[in-house]
Amino acid sequence: MCLAIPGQVVGIVDEDKRLARVSVTGVQRTVNIALLDGSIPPVAPGDWVLVHVGFAMSRIDEADAMATLALLQELGSEYELEIEEFKASSIQ
Amino acid sequence: MKFVDEFRDAALGEKLSAEIASIVEPGRHYKIMEVCGGHTHTIYRYGIDDLLPANVELVHGPGCPVCVIPMGRVDDGVAIARHADVILTCFGDMMRVPGGNGSFLDAKAAGADIRMVYSPLDALRIAREHPDRQVVFFAIGFETTAPSTALTVLRARAEGIRNFTVMCNHVTILPPLRALLESPDLRLDGFIGPGHVCTVVGARPFEFIATQYHKPVAVSGFEPLDFLQSVYMVLKQLADGRCEVENQYTRVVPYDGNLQALKLLSQVFELRPHFEWRGLGFISQSALQLAPEFREYDAEIRFAVPGIRVADPKACQCGEVLKGVIKPWECKVFGTACTPEHPIGTCMVSSEGACAAYYNFGRVARERVVV
Ligand code: SF4
Repeated sequence: MCLAIPGQVVGIVDEDKRLARVSVTGVQRTVNIALLDGSIPPVAPGDWVLVHVGFAMSRIDEADAMATLALLQELGSEYELEIEEFKASSIQ
Repeated sequence: MKFVDEFRDAALGEKLSAEIASIVEPGRHYKIMEVCGGHTHTIYRYGIDDLLPANVELVHGPGCPVCVIPMGRVDDGVAIARHADVILTCFGDMMRVPGGNGSFLDAKAAGADIRMVYSPLDALRIAREHPDRQVVFFAIGFETTAPSTALTVLRARAEGIRNFTVMCNHVTILPPLRALLESPDLRLDGFIGPGHVCTVVGARPFEFIATQYHKPVAVSGFEPLDFLQSVYMVLKQLADGRCEVENQYTRVVPYDGNLQALKLLSQVFELRPHFEWRGLGFISQSALQLAPEFREYDAEIRFAVPGIRVADPKACQCGEVLKGVIKPWECKVFGTACTPEHPIGTCMVSSEGACAAYYNFGRVARERVVV
């Protein structure tokens, strides 16, 4: 749970509940973006974010996202476990 | 992989390594504590120690949230899970943490309904799906994770969900650091600040380490080069006779943190007067509980929680490891009685724990990414 994985925002699914669709290495799940409320400009499709326990915790640039992904992939089984847990998530 | 190269430039790694070697005083021994378990992991994974002069020692700090959960809290969680109508939910890392009377995994095998979730919002979804059951989320984590729990509680309230509660074990990063700085058995020269926690709290709260205790701090990212650069920043401050809080991870960490997240923390939580940390004992105002306004979401209030206290097992030296007094391999049971499959202590459970990180990477020839 300590990992923060980079994902790319695909679209906002619920403005009210602050939920967005985020793609992490091709796997799309719903993530809460309320922690980035107040960031300028507001979170939009195409943005890269660090996802931690179902919440986008910070915005990052693409280079950082790619590097972080590469770093995580080198972790092997642990990263796979995190992705499995992410896949099992279904936030509403 | 163009992007990755920026962070893995071998020439840059060598240059940093050489610069570090050039600014340390040969006769002096430096102890630098990396606070965050993620950094401990980076160090072992990439063999960072090998890039540092022999007189620069990296000391692992108490920044792994799984590692600091005392056994009594696990037992309290099991006591809640034993209620027939309860579904206890927790992060996967918590399942194997030993309590005085077994782990969550053991309790599950014995029939308790304990489920792993990726997010507290998944726990809330389970509560929505099972209105006839009581769903409890066993919350752990530093300030990185606590805002997520706060938002989940607010969501539960907004939707009028009444069968959801939180057993709150959120801890705060600064009090244990202050405790370590006050402790006479540990002389530290500087700190590598925890990048992810700082995305929430910012770098500013670490200023007391520089102003009151006169130790340099560098808040660091998690790439091997990030970490090496942060070590350089701390050593450079020492060489220049400065002590400040520097932010190596500016691309993610704002100096003042995430104001939205901080607002949520102060709205939903209050400080506990005391909280027990595995191996470190009770530390004042070092953990969070739900604020009075949110008591109906507090599992410790809804269920009569026994408040169990269990002394750490005799063989276990996690406390010394968490304080950086001994290295993982110096623990008597390391790798023999205590392994990731059968942990005695918490530092062996989470991959961020110093013992697990060393067990996984330290004993094999380490693949070098930064050369
Ligand atoms: S080897 Fe096991 S018991 Fe010893 S300090 Fe590490 S986790 Fe604790």
